Amino acid sequence: MRFAVSLLTVLGIASIIGTVLVQNQPYNNYIIKFGQFWFDFFEMLGLYDVYHSSWFLIILVFLVLSTSLCVFRNGPRMVSEWKAYKEQATEKSLKMFSHKELYQPSGSADETKTKLLKYLDVKGFKYKLKTQADGSELIAAKAGTHQRLGYIFTHSAIVVICLGGLLDGNLPFKVQELLGLKQIEVRDIPESEVPEISRLGTGNPSFRGNMTLPEGNSSNVVFVRMKDGYLVQELPFHVGLNAFNIEHYATGQPKKFESEIVINDADLKEPLVAKVSVNHPFIYKGIAIYQSDFQDGGSKLNFKVWNLLSTDKEVHPVKGEVFLQNTIGEGDAQLTVEYNEFRKFNIINLNPDGKGKPKNVGPNTTYKIRNSQGQAKEYVTYMQPLKVDGLDYFVTGMRESVQDEFKYLRIPVDEDFAIDGFMNFRTILMNKANHEIIAKRLAAYALESKDEEARTSFINSVKKLLDTFVAGGYDKVGIAIEKSVPEEQRQVAAKAYIKMLGMAGFEAYNMALEKNGQDKLEPNQENETRIIDSLSAFSDMFYFGTPYFFQLDDYKHRQASGLQLTKSPGQFWVYLGSCLLVLGIFSMMYIRERRIWLLIKPESNEVRFGMSSNRKNLDFDQEFDLYKEQIKALIV
Amino acid sequence: MSTEALDYQPKTLRQRLTWVDYVYAIILVAGSIFAFNKYSQNMDIYEQGFLFTFAGVFSYLGWQWRSFAKLVLGVGAVSLFSIYLYQGDQSRATENFFLKFMLSSQTAVMWMNVLFVLGMVAYWLAMWKRSTFVGKVASTLTWSAVLFGVTGLMVRWYETYLIAPDVGHIPISNLYEVFILFCLITALLYLHYEQSYKTKQLGGFVLIVINAAVGFILWYTFQRDAAEIQPLVPALQSYWMKIHVPANFIGYGAFSLAAMVAAAYLLAKNGILATRLPALEVLDDLMYKSIAVGFAFFTIATILGAMWAAEAWGGYWSWDPKETWALIFWLNYAAWLHLRMVKGLRGPVLAWWSLIGLLVTTFAFLGVNMFLSGLHSYGEL
Ligand code: HEM
Repeated sequence: MRFAVSLLTVLGIASIIGTVLVQNQPYNNYIIKFGQFWFDFFEMLGLYDVYHSSWFLIILVFLVLSTSLCVFRNGPRMVSEWKAYKEQATEKSLKMFSHKELYQPSGSADETKTKLLKYLDVKGFKYKLKTQADGSELIAAKAGTHQRLGYIFTHSAIVVICLGGLLDGNLPFKVQELLGLKQIEVRDIPESEVPEISRLGTGNPSFRGNMTLPEGNSSNVVFVRMKDGYLVQELPFHVGLNAFNIEHYATGQPKKFESEIVINDADLKEPLVAKVSVNHPFIYKGIAIYQSDFQDGGSKLNFKVWNLLSTDKEVHPVKGEVFLQNTIGEGDAQLTVEYNEFRKFNIINLNPDGKGKPKNVGPNTTYKIRNSQGQAKEYVTYMQPLKVDGLDYFVTGMRESVQDEFKYLRIPVDEDFAIDGFMNFRTILMNKANHEIIAKRLAAYALESKDEEARTSFINSVKKLLDTFVAGGYDKVGIAIEKSVPEEQRQVAAKAYIKMLGMAGFEAYNMALEKNGQDKLEPNQENETRIIDSLSAFSDMFYFGTPYFFQLDDYKHRQASGLQLTKSPGQFWVYLGSCLLVLGIFSMMYIRERRIWLLIKPESNEVRFGMSSNRKNLDFDQEFDLYKEQIKALIV
Repeated sequence: MSTEALDYQPKTLRQRLTWVDYVYAIILVAGSIFAFNKYSQNMDIYEQGFLFTFAGVFSYLGWQWRSFAKLVLGVGAVSLFSIYLYQGDQSRATENFFLKFMLSSQTAVMWMNVLFVLGMVAYWLAMWKRSTFVGKVASTLTWSAVLFGVTGLMVRWYETYLIAPDVGHIPISNLYEVFILFCLITALLYLHYEQSYKTKQLGGFVLIVINAAVGFILWYTFQRDAAEIQPLVPALQSYWMKIHVPANFIGYGAFSLAAMVAAAYLLAKNGILATRLPALEVLDDLMYKSIAVGFAFFTIATILGAMWAAEAWGGYWSWDPKETWALIFWLNYAAWLHLRMVKGLRGPVLAWWSLIGLLVTTFAFLGVNMFLSGLHSYGEL
C-alpha cells in the first residue's frame, strides 16, 4: 500500500517532466537549447519523449503489477466480506463494539424476533439467523456490501486501462529495435527509397501516423514520427484526396476543415468516398482517419516579373508552382527561384495601432531567390494592394534570413489601381536622358529670375541630384550631401534637396502620364503623397536585393490535407476499464457497508444490538443513533 | 401488521413528492417539449437527447433539493424575460434599460461578481457577530449571485446565436465562460452542504476561492476584453465538450471547496475561530465528502476528455500537458483517498494535503494554459 502511494507519486513526478520540457521537437531545437553535452545526456534519459521512454514504461508496468498484486491480495478478502454475514459473532465480541445497545424487550422472544426481522427488511438489510449453544438467537444482517466489489472494480480497472494503453504503445517496436530488426529512418528521402528495416508492415497491431495528401493524389503509407526520425507504416488500402475545403465564419476565423477522401481497396467493389473533418473521423478496417492539418499542395502561380533596374518598361510572365523551382536571368547572373508557399486567405490586422478587427487581405505567396553562390533571400508578396493608413500599396517583403523581420517595399497604386503607374514613372527616371528635360521643365516654372547663369546652375544641380538619386536612392543623395556640404548646413541642404526631388518626381510622373496619353496630375495633397511614396519606393528598390519584382498575377489553388491515421486495438480495453473505474469509484464512495447484529436472549429476556461499518464517519454515527431509538420504540 | 410499526420505514421518493414537485417537473418537461417543437430541426440527435435528459435530471435534482428547483425556475423566468427584451436584436443590449443595467449577459455576470463579494463580506460578518440573521442575508446574496450568474450564461448562450446562427454555441468554451461556471458550481456545492450540514460558518471561507475567481474574471474582462463572444474553432465543435467541461468543473469546484474547508479545519485545530466554526469531525467529514465528489466527477471528466480526444486528435491519450496534469492531479487525490481509506489517516495531514491540492488545481486549471504549450485549443491567456 505504501508502495502504491509512492508509485503514484513517482508516476506523477515523471509525468511532470514531460509537461515542462516540450516533447518531440526536432532534435536541433534541443541541441540549441541545451548544448551538445546536456543534449546527449538528456537524450540518454529519453527526456525528449518521456512518455515512451523505457523507464516510464517500466514505472507503468510496476503500477500495473502492484495494483494487480493488490487486487490479488485484497480481492479474496473483499469478496468474502461481500458475501459474509459474520454470523459467528459471539456475545463477547458484541460487547466490544463501539456502537452497541442492550434492550429489555416487552414482548416474547418470538414477537421481538418477527418485529426485528421486519424492521431489518424495511431498512433493506439482508440477514442470517443462528441459534447459539445457550438457546439465544443471533440475527446477523448486512447492507451495502456491494461497496466491496467497488474495490475490485476500481483496481482491476486501473490494470485494464494500463494494459490497454500498453497495447497501443510502441512496445513491439521498442523490442524489435533492441533486437536490431527495425531502425528509425533519419534521412530526408522519398518514401519509395526508405529501406525495409524502417518500414512497418500492415500486420503491425497499433500505430499513429501522418499522411499529407495533395488534392488529386493518393497514398498507402503513413509516416510515424519517432525520436529524431520516422518510420513508414504500410496500409492495407489506398487513401486518396478528392478535395479539401475550409469554411470561414463571417469574421474570417476558420469554421470547418473538411477533406473528401476516397478509399481504394481490392476488397471493395467500387471506391469508397467519405468526408473527414475535425471531430468527425472516418474508420475503415479498424483504422481511424482524422483531419489533422493542411498545407499547400502545389498551387500554380502566374507572375508578372518586372526588371526594376532596366531602363525600359521590361516585364515578362513567369509560371511557378509551390514546392518547385525555376530560374531567371542568364549566365552567372542566373538566379534560382524557389516557390515555398501560397496562402489564399490572410487574416491580418493592418491598423498600425493594432486596434479594430483583422480582415482577409487576400492571397500571398512566399518564394526564395537564390544566387549562384547559393545565398538566398526570402520574399513574400501580396496579390492585391493592401490599405496601409488610408492608402493602397502593392506590398512585397524581403528578408535575408529566417530570423529577420520582413522589410517591405510599398509601391503605391496608380489612378486605376494598377502598378503600371509606378513602373512608367520608374522608367522615366531610369533614363538619364530624361533628367535634363525634367530639370528644364522645373526651371521653367519654379525659377523667377531670368538670369541665365542661375538657370543653368539650377538645371545642373537638379540633373546632378536626379543622377545621384537614380544611382542609389536617398542614401546616395545623403552621401553626396555629406561630401559636398559642411556639417552645419546639411540639415538645410537635405530639406532643399528633398523638396526639389519632390518637385522633380512630380514632373517625372507627369512625363510618364503624357507618354501614355493620360492627363497630368493636379498638384494637390493626395498626388503629392503619391509622388513621395513613389520616390521612396524607388529609393527602396536598391535594397530589394534583386532587380526582379514578382507581381502575383493569377493562381490556381491546390491544397494538401494533413491526415492522421491510427490503429489502436487498446482503445476498447481502455474504455471498458474506464466504465469499470467509474462504476467502482461510485460504489466505493456512495455505497455504505453496514452490519447489524441482534442477539435475542430469551432466558435473560435481553436483546443485544451491535452495529458496525468499514467506514467510520458521521453518517454512520447518526444512523446508529436513529436505529438505536427506533429499535427501542419497536421492541421495548 | 400494526401501522405505527411503519413509522420507521424510510419514505420512498414517490411518497415524498408533493403536488409542487409534480408541477415543477411538468414545467420542465413542458419547456423541453416546447423547445423541441421550436428548434428540433437545428438540433442533432445528441442535443435532442440532452434536452430531455436535462428535464429528467433537473426534475430529480429539484425533488431532492427544493432550493435548487426554485433556482431553476428563477433562472428560467429571468432568462426568458431577458430574451424577450432582446427581441432578436443584439444592439438592444445597450439600448434597452433592463438589458443595459441587469440582464444582458455581461451585466448579469457583473451582478454575479458584485453579489459574490457582498456575500463573502456578509458571511464573515455573520461569523464574527454570530448573527443568524446576517447569515441568512449572506446565503440570500450568494443564491442571488448564482441566479444572476446562471442567467448570464443562459443569455450569453442566446447572444451567441444573435451574432450569427453558425456562431451560436453553449458558453463553456473559453476561460472567461468556464470561470463563471466554476464560480457557480462551487457556490452551488457549498450552498448544498450549507443546507445539509445546517451550518453557515464556512461560507466566508468558500467564497474566498470564488471571489478569487471573480477577481480573475474582472481582470480578464477589462484587461483582455475576454467577454467578447468568439466563434468556436473546429476542435471545440463537439458534443463531448458540452459534458466534459461541466464534469471537470464539478471536480474543480468540489476540490476547491474541500481545500477551503481544510483551511477552516486547520484554523479550528489551532484554536483560531474554533468556537465559531463547526466541530472538527464535521469539517473532516465535509472535506472527505467533497473530495469524494470531486474525485468521482474528475474521473468521469477525464474519461470523457479521453473520448473527446480520441475523436478530435486521433488518440484518447496524447500526453498533452493539460491531460498529463489532469492525471497527476487525479493521482494526487487517489493517494489522498488511499491514506484516508486504507490507512484510516485523519486530521491535519490530510487537511494540509487538500489545501495544497488547491494549488495543484489552480495550476492544472490556469498554469497549464499560461506556461505550457499544448493541444488544448482554448484558454490561452
Ligand atoms: C492508480 C492506482 C490506484 C487508484 C487510482 C486507486 C484508487 C482507489 C480509490 C478511488 C479508492 C477508493 C477510496 C474511497 O473509497 O473513497 C481506493 C481504495 C483502496 N485502494 Fe486503491 N487505487 C490505486 C492503487 C491501489 C493499489 C496499488 C493498492 C494496493 C496496495 C490499493 C489499495 C486500495 C485499498 C485497500 C483501498 C480501500 C478499499 C476499501 O477499504 O474499501 N489501491 N483506491
